[in-house]
Amino acid sequence: MQNRRDFLKEVATGALILSAQSKLGMAAKTDQHEDSGKSKVVVARDSGLHGADGQLDEKHVLALLDKAIASYTGRDNVVEAWKHLVPVGKVIGLKTNGLGGRGISTHAVLIMAIAERLQQAGVKPGEILVWDRNARDLEATGMKINTDPKSIRCYGSDVSGYEEQPVSYGSVKVNLSKILTRECAMVINLPILKDHMMAGVTFAMKNMYGVIKQPQECHSNNCNPAVADLNCIPVIREKVRFTIGDAMTSVYNGGPGYRPEFFWKPNALIVGEDRVALDHTAWQMLDRKRVEAGMGTYEAAGRAPKYIATAADASHNLGFDDPKRIHLMEV
Amino acid sequence: MKIVLKHWIWIIAAFVIVSGLSLVGCKKKSADPFPASNAVAGWEKTGETRVFAAKDLWQYIDGDTEQYISAGVVSTSTSDYKYQGQLEAVVDIYTMGNAAGATKVFETGRSKDAQNVQIGDAGMAYAQSVTFRKGPSLVRIVAYESTPGAQQALLALAHGVEAKL
Repeated sequence: MQNRRDFLKEVATGALILSAQSKLGMAAKTDQHEDSGKSKVVVARDSGLHGADGQLDEKHVLALLDKAIASYTGRDNVVEAWKHLVPVGKVIGLKTNGLGGRGISTHAVLIMAIAERLQQAGVKPGEILVWDRNARDLEATGMKINTDPKSIRCYGSDVSGYEEQPVSYGSVKVNLSKILTRECAMVINLPILKDHMMAGVTFAMKNMYGVIKQPQECHSNNCNPAVADLNCIPVIREKVRFTIGDAMTSVYNGGPGYRPEFFWKPNALIVGEDRVALDHTAWQMLDRKRVEAGMGTYEAAGRAPKYIATAADASHNLGFDDPKRIHLMEV
Repeated sequence: MKIVLKHWIWIIAAFVIVSGLSLVGCKKKSADPFPASNAVAGWEKTGETRVFAAKDLWQYIDGDTEQYISAGVVSTSTSDYKYQGQLEAVVDIYTMGNAAGATKVFETGRSKDAQNVQIGDAGMAYAQSVTFRKGPSLVRIVAYESTPGAQQALLALAHGVEAKL
């Protein structure tokens, strides 16, 4: 029988995670690098995503999710596609981002669309765990806190707590959420596309600041190399393998909080496994919008998200930031 | 004579204590600049006031704290509001160490679309937000939706906050 000491040791080394990961259908089916040697990133759009009342339309969001997943997996039957993406009989975490408050958080309508498809793929409701830092962040998405194991659960690290033993990689030394280390076999990353005053851009990799106890200690030097270092921690690297990025709404300046004067509706989902390629794609989208709005690029503003190149370097090797090595599918 | 003097000493002591308490009361009132429900027509205060010391500000706006800390923020208070049961908004009050700190953050947040408004020492408005500074205080009021009357409603609430600062 595994005791707590053994458990923590395995978490720190990643042994437990690698063992669990071998059972994930996704790891075998869609590795982050295709045969072409490129990382696939799908940007799926629907200009009719918002109804006449300005609210997201549930049916359109579900259809957009299906289009993104079908394009990414190459399977027309989305339920079959999901069966190849996630393991059955394991807890699947959906890591949201509600830091920015009600106006700019992962949307509940997307979270519930993913939960619907997961259940159709055979995941039991109680095996779906929607989570973030705390209740406030989760409620900002529009979700309700629920700890009933028979239904879709939704609670934060304020309920689960953090590991007492910190883990280190490079510049970071952090305590990880027990939701990540103990409860989830796999985590689907659900960030929202945003400007970030300090990091430049916040999307896939930066969302991992919400799985640690002390994010405030990881912001120096424009979060570089902290974002890359954090994503290299084995349990994060191995469990958080798939991202469905919410770019249905966004803020292109003044983030990460809600700034309506810089609010924007890209009406998109950004899907992939290569977190570096995803963040590079997100950066380009925000840069284009900033130029269109008459403000400079991040580079011109002195806020280029340098952690993306760091994450791609040989010592981190988290993915590709070279556009030539990113297979970008816009659908 | 001694008894009379002792009597007067007690009266003066009681007066000082009562005055002191009332002053403390005044301070408490000015320390809570959030208008109560319907103190500003149509606006209901829908949430508790939450207060964050500078060292804890990351818990509220992690990633956006640096500009406030570098400008000398002392504390931040926030509360949710609702206008006529529909338009939801949040009021954030940043208390800086001095007026220069409030000015620094205020000017940094200005964009070309900002509309100058007469409120506090300086104010600006957008369709869905109003920001103003008054002395060491920087106030930002943000609505979550864009409705035809949103800006006027936000300005009314902003004046309500400004009057209590």
